[in-house]
Amino acid sequence: MLRFAPWKVASIVGMTLIALLIVIPSMLAPETRAALQARLPSWLPAKTITLGLDLQGGSHILLEVDSPAVVRTQVENLRDDVRRILREERVGVVGGIAMQARGVQFRLANPAEAEKAIPKIRALGQRSGAALLGAGGAPGVEINATEGGVVQVTVTEAGVQDKVRRAVDQSIEVLRRRVDGSGMKEPTIQRQGADRILVQVPGLQDPQQLKDLLGTTAKLEFRLVGQPGDNPADIEELDQTEGGKIPVEKQVMVQGEDLTDAQPGFDQRNGEPVVNFRFNLRGGQKFAEVTTRNVGKPFAIVLDNKVISAPRIISPITGGSGQISGRFTVEQANNLAILLRAGALPAKLTTIEERTVGPGLGQDSIDAGERASYVGAALVVAYMLVTYGVFGVFANIALFVHILFIFAALVLLGATLTLPGIAGIVFTIGMAVDSNVLIYERIREENHMGRSILSSLDAGFKRAFGTIVDSNVTMFVAAVILYFLGSGPVRGFAVSLGLGILTTIVTAVTMTRMMIAVWYRFARPTKLPI
Amino acid sequence: MKLLRLTPENTKFPFMRFRRVSYPFSAFLSICSVLLFVFWGMNFGIDFAGGTLMELRAKSGTADIALLRNLAEHLGVGDVGVQSFGNTSDVTLRFGVQPGGDAAQAAAVDKVRTAVSDGYEIRRVETVGPSVSAELVQSGTLGVVLSIIAVLSYLWFRFEWQFAISAVIATMHDLLLTVGFFSLTQLEFNTTSIAAILTIVGYSLNETVVVLDRIREMMRKYKKMPTDQLIDVSINAVLPRTLMTATTVLLALFALVIFGGQVIRSFSLAMTWGVCVAVYSSIFICSPMMIYLGLRTEGGARSEAAEARDESAAEAAR
Repeated sequence: MLRFAPWKVASIVGMTLIALLIVIPSMLAPETRAALQARLPSWLPAKTITLGLDLQGGSHILLEVDSPAVVRTQVENLRDDVRRILREERVGVVGGIAMQARGVQFRLANPAEAEKAIPKIRALGQRSGAALLGAGGAPGVEINATEGGVVQVTVTEAGVQDKVRRAVDQSIEVLRRRVDGSGMKEPTIQRQGADRILVQVPGLQDPQQLKDLLGTTAKLEFRLVGQPGDNPADIEELDQTEGGKIPVEKQVMVQGEDLTDAQPGFDQRNGEPVVNFRFNLRGGQKFAEVTTRNVGKPFAIVLDNKVISAPRIISPITGGSGQISGRFTVEQANNLAILLRAGALPAKLTTIEERTVGPGLGQDSIDAGERASYVGAALVVAYMLVTYGVFGVFANIALFVHILFIFAALVLLGATLTLPGIAGIVFTIGMAVDSNVLIYERIREENHMGRSILSSLDAGFKRAFGTIVDSNVTMFVAAVILYFLGSGPVRGFAVSLGLGILTTIVTAVTMTRMMIAVWYRFARPTKLPI
Repeated sequence: MKLLRLTPENTKFPFMRFRRVSYPFSAFLSICSVLLFVFWGMNFGIDFAGGTLMELRAKSGTADIALLRNLAEHLGVGDVGVQSFGNTSDVTLRFGVQPGGDAAQAAAVDKVRTAVSDGYEIRRVETVGPSVSAELVQSGTLGVVLSIIAVLSYLWFRFEWQFAISAVIATMHDLLLTVGFFSLTQLEFNTTSIAAILTIVGYSLNETVVVLDRIREMMRKYKKMPTDQLIDVSINAVLPRTLMTATTVLLALFALVIFGGQVIRSFSLAMTWGVCVAVYSSIFICSPMMIYLGLRTEGGARSEAAEARDESAAEAAR
């Protein structure tokens, strides 16, 4: 009981000091921290605790890629490819190519010609499959041909998954460019599951801007406005942003993909906010060609199937650059420029979960959490003191180190502190002293049974230890399960609960023992003080 | 200094005699909880029910609840619950899942947000679409079930089977009563409530294990003592610790309930309830159960093995 290896004492004192060093930066105001860092050596830890979005304010948005739309596009592309192959191979088809939910079907005019087309069609699937799954991977399309010449080409499940996965990857890229472009700080954008994307942006003043950036597909098209006398089959009616509908040609002159740059600016004539853009070579040539042929006619700038504006072509636009005006506010022009620069999303994204906390509420939560922690700790400390006297002092020192360790571990692991996480810490403050209570009560009991002080101390620690381990394991199991199943704030709770249980074994058992051993050596008590 | 003691020295309460009262009493409470759950229902938060919750603060003066309700209903987002809390300028606004799936939900949120943003500071928006809420229900249920299984296996490994069964029955009892508590009080039940429930499971087992540990120890010491008397002695021995720890935990939880703020109030209240129930069940439900399960009949060899493990664990800690 009394023997304590010097290295043990040193390592506990050392750990406490290191924990203190790790935690100090998080305790300081940002300005003080910056000032100190400039003066102190760089090996000192400077990392601060990561606050969850519920404390620092911010948005957590879970988006889902519209998989059916991805599949539809895939089937459309398949139809186009099949049509091209059939034309190139000069294979006749009766009744055209029919689209199905997962593929296309057609009937060959001459069933004997199947051999000419089918290998090429099969190659379509293999190419996309091979890129992802390596040579010999599952083919992206499946072909069924009957004796009568009916050929059915179906996209396989693997092909669909592959496509959805790539749509998600591409969307993440686009979203990252958009969020970075808007100057939001420390965004996290990551894949979740097969078809979901999680976007987390801390400290937002205006969450609506983020939602606008995420929720827009940003497919930009330049099309001619329909003229009286055009073939009605080539024209469609589209909504205008300023209200009403306008007939627009179905054929697209130039697409947003051909943009190289887009910047917000002001119209030189009327000072209205506009977006200036530049085409790449192909787009520029195409645009010049069409505008030259259609001087005097209006053309429509279409964003996500909505006409933003329909200016008249005054003179051929050959410089490869242009301007989009549409009665924007400065902010709208700015956002549109970001969207155009970042490119279009491959598919529509739907928000399926949103949790946004304003900075005001976040600060209130921090204050509330702090107050609860202080009051909770004060109550527990006072209670331990009046119950256990000098042993209560030891328990309280251990409690302090225990809290220090939790915070140090949070900083080291880069774990996130959330409001439920603070609740978890407050709860472990109550729980941490449990180990001390178990030990002290056991010591008392042994003493009442007539053991000497030293022998009671020894027996108390020894006998209580098994109970401490058993009772903490059950709690730890609950924390681990919560961690794996919970999300966001709840996970924060699981982390602080779990860490609290781990550190309590060190602080409440080993540290307390050490303090009691030292105390015994110096005080030489004749009576147990509890 | 005169130190504070909650319990008199050397108590000899005949706890086991109370099982004739505590079992019917707990059975009654459990049935009430089930009935409450079925007929009165739970106030499921948007995590599980889906829908949108907004917390608003009036930019000037007081929040006009009637106006807000009217406004939101005019936007055609279905039933809108408007509730004030804390002070007169804070309100929460909640509406359910929109017909038309996730996209319709997102559109409805945008509409409401735009409509209220002039007069109110939007402090919090939480939207959970139908697909996500279904998953949260699933993972929440899974979590509770898994934790019970995990703990059952641990106890089975560490103690005799009677201990494991008794502990799990006591835990189920605590769970049922906590569900009843949520139903009765109509506190919002959401993902943090699941966290509360799992912590209650953990705490309840912690309590139980401490009692069981002592029973096991006494079993070795007094081989001839009748079971009910043995359990009484054990519970009386750990009673000071049980009350002491419950008090420190409750002190911490009171601080949370009073100062922790609105966002986690239902969490703190549930935990407070759970701690009280756990203390009760570890003494009056779990321990007597072992009399019914016929504790003494088997176990000798096993407990010695467990003891050896205890000893080595204690060695290792030094």
